[in-house]
Amino acid sequence: MTAEFAVELQDVVKRFITPEGNALNAVDHVTMQIKNGEFFSMLGSSGCGKTTSLRMIAGFEWPTEGEVYIEGKAMGHTPPFQRKVNTVFQSYALFQHLTVFQNIAFGLEMEGAQKDEIEKRVKHVLEMVQLTGMERRKPKQLSGGQQQRIAVARALVKVPDVLLLDEPLGALDLKLRKDMQLELKALQQQLGITFVYVTHDQEEAMTMSDRIAVMSKGKVQQMGTPVEIYERPANRFVADFIGDSNFFEGRIKSLSKNEAVVFIPDLKAEVTGIPVSQGLVTGEEITVSIRPEKVLISEKPMNQNTFRGRVTNTVYIGTDTHVYVDLMGKRVKVFEQNRISRLDPGSFYTVGQDVTLVMMPENVLVLKKE
Amino acid sequence: MLKRLRENKSAQGTLLASPTMLWMIGLLIIPLLLTLVVSFGQRSPDGDVIYSFSLDNYIRLFGYSTDCDNGQASCFDPLYLQILWRSLTLAFNTTVFVILLAYPLAYFIARAHPLRRNTFLFLVLIPLWTNFVIRVYAWMMLLRTQGVINLMLGWLAGLFNIPFTPLEMLYTPGAVLVGMVYEFLPFMILPIYTSLEKIDNSLYEAAADLGANGLKTFARVTLPLSMPGVVAGTILVFIPVMGTFIVSDILGGRQVILVGNLIQRQFLDARDPTFGSAASLILMILTLIVTYFYTRKFGFGEEIVVA
Ligand SMILES: Nc1ncnc2c1ncn2[C@@H]1O[C@H](COP(=O)(O)OP(=O)(O)OP(=O)(O)O)[C@@H](O)[C@H]1O
Ligand SMILES: [Mg+2]
Repeated sequence: MTAEFAVELQDVVKRFITPEGNALNAVDHVTMQIKNGEFFSMLGSSGCGKTTSLRMIAGFEWPTEGEVYIEGKAMGHTPPFQRKVNTVFQSYALFQHLTVFQNIAFGLEMEGAQKDEIEKRVKHVLEMVQLTGMERRKPKQLSGGQQQRIAVARALVKVPDVLLLDEPLGALDLKLRKDMQLELKALQQQLGITFVYVTHDQEEAMTMSDRIAVMSKGKVQQMGTPVEIYERPANRFVADFIGDSNFFEGRIKSLSKNEAVVFIPDLKAEVTGIPVSQGLVTGEEITVSIRPEKVLISEKPMNQNTFRGRVTNTVYIGTDTHVYVDLMGKRVKVFEQNRISRLDPGSFYTVGQDVTLVMMPENVLVLKKE
Repeated sequence: MLKRLRENKSAQGTLLASPTMLWMIGLLIIPLLLTLVVSFGQRSPDGDVIYSFSLDNYIRLFGYSTDCDNGQASCFDPLYLQILWRSLTLAFNTTVFVILLAYPLAYFIARAHPLRRNTFLFLVLIPLWTNFVIRVYAWMMLLRTQGVINLMLGWLAGLFNIPFTPLEMLYTPGAVLVGMVYEFLPFMILPIYTSLEKIDNSLYEAAADLGANGLKTFARVTLPLSMPGVVAGTILVFIPVMGTFIVSDILGGRQVILVGNLIQRQFLDARDPTFGSAASLILMILTLIVTYFYTRKFGFGEEIVVA
């Protein structure tokens, strides 16, 4: 634990030749620094290169370009069995011909550990995943959730510097998933081991991670804490992929030191006082975005940053009601929390009702065009 | 009548199973019973069966002869026991060699690129498209004193000016073994390939991930997981090798007589179906005993039994 970073990917490219004969950069110039003891997630839709990145850390694939460092050491072509990382596979990859005990002991036997030492450590790790007493079962005789724990136990018993997890909860039902998320997170905090976690479920990534790398088409779109990624998405892709967003095309009308006035042609209106960072120029074409839950609906008109519209649809989803409002032909999503009972139909907005939408400038984001 | 059938579950079961039952009775049980009955009979001087209950054939098989050279009433001649033992050891050796050859081949095919696997499997199957007997004759052409192998060796020896006498390879136990191994190789390759191919790649990766190198992965993961294929292949090879007579007939001549040859000759040359039937039953019982103990230890090839 001397190196600053548990895992580092430096400008890593992984190029595959597809069966059709085309070259494909599954991972495209990715640089990531994963800190020691961190719960780090790679989040992205299917095919964005998450698994490939993870496999390069594990050593199942070698980068076409760039370098992977583990605990500060360049990995080059080091085979998996010489890396101090362990993997929890998506399909668990448990050895069906071995018992639970033998599965977990496998990695220790490979290290040449003594018999009583093995027994002690297997017992300990089984306690950790709360499966004491299952030693003699075969993996087939366990439920999906139990198999998942065995897969985690088998990897953790080696006390790796880094634990790699490739969508480990993908096969579980929602309730179990949520329980396991909390359990895994607790385990990680208790052990202080670096977790690199791959998922396409943003809620899962948000729940568990210290930091998230949002990936798309082999590239890292943004890296940051869940709050940063949600509240300050780096670009339109992230704003769209994480949570929901309303987008408007706009132009910077004027800039003061930290604030901008943006003109939105579609609404024939401007939004004033938007806090912005450096790097923008007056007249620049930009995208404006605002989260649906951050748009407020007001009964009475106000002067600034308000827009008159008409309700076109409402959808009740339990915790929230989604209200769709037509704003000069643009559809705007508004999420209203159901803080009061909606049993009384009068508490709903009705279709055709005229409303005023308020976009507080601090909730409006200015995104540069790619 | 129909109403009663509808209420009687066990009668329904019998009726539903009856086509299978008929099949089993017609093709398995009746012939077996016939063989049993005949084996207790006696041969009439003109080669017919005299039905009786005599254990003579079995006594003869186990080596007690009433037809002795030295004029004694009975004597011991282990000829038939030797034949049984020879068949057993040959079947065992064949199976061992077939496993040793088939496993690496099946492994190679299973790990080959998916697009190439079918080609390799096709190549394995091609010999099966030629007649069994013709394939054995091909070996005769290779192994003869004037055969291809001796010609090539002679030519090589000629190149280096070494005196060369053609090797006597045909009509030896070795020739029979080679022929058997060749004939039954595909029946071992296919089941082993099937079980190897079923092993998910992630298991190899998991083993490597947990610190196993190639050799350890093979010993601890690949081999145990492919045992069902080996067991199935063993059953597919051992049992027919115990019974065939063509390979030993063509490549072994008079030198290598197996139970199969014995039975065949009793029915065709010696015209003694009663002794032939007795030998057939003993062969069957022997095979059953071996298979029984084998499968008790290793399962039937679909389940892996880890002690
Ligand atoms: N061995 C390979 N040969 C060719 N192309 C590959 C190979 N492995 C992956 N790819 C391609 O690389 C891209 C990234 O694959 P990867 O498995 O990393 O995606 P992923 O982000 O894990 O997706 P998912 O969420 O579906 O698991 C995909 O387009 C995939 O088709
Ligand atoms: Mg994946």
